[in-house]
Amino acid sequence: MATYDFIFDGAGLRDWCGVKVSTGPVTMAELLAGAGKTESGSFWDKALALPFPSLDALNEACPSLARTRDLTKAVENGFLGAKDSLKVVLDPLTQPLSWLLEGALWLFDATPWWLMIPLILLLVHFASKSIQLVGFVASALLFLSFIDHYSFAMETLSIIFVCATLCVIFGVPIGIAMSRSDRMQRIMIPILDMLQTLPTFVYLIPLIFLFSVTEPKLYGIAIILYAIVPVVRLTDLGIRLVNKEVIEAADAFGMTKRQKLYSVQIPLALPNIMAGVNQTIMMSLAMVVIASLVSAPGLGVLVLRGIRNLELGVGLVAGLGIVLLAVILDRVTKAALARVNASNSVPRH
Amino acid sequence: MTDQVSISIRNLYKIFGSNPQDALEKVYNGASKKELMDQYRHVLGLSDINVDMHAGKITVIMGLSGSGKSTLIRHVNRLIEPTAGEIWVDGENVLDFSEERLREMRRSSMSMVFQHFALLPHRTVLDNTGLAQSVRGENKQGYEKDALKWLERVGLGGQGGQYPHQLSGGMQQRVGIARALTSNAPIMLMDEAFSALDPLIRTDMQDLLLELQDELHKTIVFISHDLDEALKLADHLVILKDGRVVQQGEPQEILLHPNDPYIVDFISDINRARVLRVRSIMMALGSDLERPIVGEVDAEDTLESVIARSGGDADQNFRVMTDGVPVGFVSMRSLVRALVPSSASAGGMRSKAS
Repeated sequence: MATYDFIFDGAGLRDWCGVKVSTGPVTMAELLAGAGKTESGSFWDKALALPFPSLDALNEACPSLARTRDLTKAVENGFLGAKDSLKVVLDPLTQPLSWLLEGALWLFDATPWWLMIPLILLLVHFASKSIQLVGFVASALLFLSFIDHYSFAMETLSIIFVCATLCVIFGVPIGIAMSRSDRMQRIMIPILDMLQTLPTFVYLIPLIFLFSVTEPKLYGIAIILYAIVPVVRLTDLGIRLVNKEVIEAADAFGMTKRQKLYSVQIPLALPNIMAGVNQTIMMSLAMVVIASLVSAPGLGVLVLRGIRNLELGVGLVAGLGIVLLAVILDRVTKAALARVNASNSVPRH
Repeated sequence: MTDQVSISIRNLYKIFGSNPQDALEKVYNGASKKELMDQYRHVLGLSDINVDMHAGKITVIMGLSGSGKSTLIRHVNRLIEPTAGEIWVDGENVLDFSEERLREMRRSSMSMVFQHFALLPHRTVLDNTGLAQSVRGENKQGYEKDALKWLERVGLGGQGGQYPHQLSGGMQQRVGIARALTSNAPIMLMDEAFSALDPLIRTDMQDLLLELQDELHKTIVFISHDLDEALKLADHLVILKDGRVVQQGEPQEILLHPNDPYIVDFISDINRARVLRVRSIMMALGSDLERPIVGEVDAEDTLESVIARSGGDADQNFRVMTDGVPVGFVSMRSLVRALVPSSASAGGMRSKAS
């Protein structure tokens, strides 16, 4: 008999427990137990083999009790049950994201390379005002195009472009709200911590249930949730770090809250906010590679192919392409950040 | 100049802590600052402050760090809310103001100068100077003329296009003063405005302030921890210690009649001949003089300059004049008597400490 029979016998619950009827799938542990069944053995042997009183072990003694399998099944059923009503709300809300992603993918794809590359270089020049950096970006892009990775790289870039922009549009106001209210900060920080520590694959699980894998918004949401954290955090931090005396001066000269926000707090927090944007872009890039598992196009698809088909070279070259993109994005945003810092340097007391 | 009270602070208390109202009861019942800290974990910032600040005069609030002087000045424009008390500005209690009315007052009738300048680093000197106007909603054309005028006046003509970090500390504080003047407010609050500057520049700035004040007659509340600075600027001097007013009055008066060992200790270091003025020690007209009058001195002259005039001869007398009219006499004997340090300071705390 099972180890924990005595609990239920002692509590007089035997009748409630009923007889064991095999329902649902058999676990591996049950099969193994059935194969090597030995009832004999000293007390010492039994003590060594004493199982932890977990759901499965207790179920042995009392079949009416749920097993862990039933628990995960219940979570799954609960999720599936809520799915339809959730979809009614979430689908229309997130549909614009699909359109944006499709639109950006189409735009980056439709623009011919001889227009796209100069446009990107112009943007780099505008952001960094550095000829060296423009030269580096030009050679990196030309190299990627030369080895036929141009369209993959553009797909990746277009997804990052859309997702990072949305992260900034939503993240900065959330950060501002956090900096203004301690309660808001207390609520948001655990959420941000969770988003930051949740393994990237785990994001995908509920999203796969909610949306079809063919919809771009699926990976769009995953990327935004993952990458929005730094811009929110650093906006909050940046505004809270603004020199107290300057804020006092703004108050003493009778600024309204709005005037203070737009003409003092945001300009002075800009270096921190830009550092957050840099981090957000880098994290979007990290996620867009993983999102290739749920049909996100781009360089990640090649890496995935490399793993799945053991095409070592394809995976490694695509990986190199991702590194190149990462270096480009990082250098350009850092150069822009440095320019903001230079025009905004505050003497420290 | 009318001798009208512009800012009047009545029975002001400020207690920092989680439950200031309860702590206030304890203070009303006689708890000291130390008891309040040890037993209730509340800090008594200001205790029963009563000060009148006259229109067109410089009121200097002096004290060492931790005496509550910066806390006090921030109550005038309500950057800090008091625990109890009243603050009357031109006949209105600031504590009754709505948020709207308070903002209105800060915009139009008060300006402030800060210890670390508190300029906006991302705006040019000109835009910083025009801050008050731009807050009121004027555009650049509106404030440019005023801002340029005041920049010129504080000696920063032609620097309007610079950014604050390109200027030295002294120049940045000139911008701070120009910003306060451009706001055209009758009341100027200056929180340790010159404390972060080095001594030579500090003297320059004090002279600049006095020069501007001669012309503008603002109501100035000036915070300082430096007695020489306080004596030089003050029309009315308030000395704070541990959140209480220890003595207030005309600076010469405080110097000649300190009423507290703390103040005696404070003033024992200064050069009395340089600070005391003839008017404080002169005798009335018609006094009996043993010796003849050898010359005339101005009532505002310092004793140091009279000593220089006498060439060290202790038997001379001078006639004291104000605007060409004789108002009294001063003898070298009484002058020397006024220079004798207060008894407590001669054998007192300083010498014990050293």
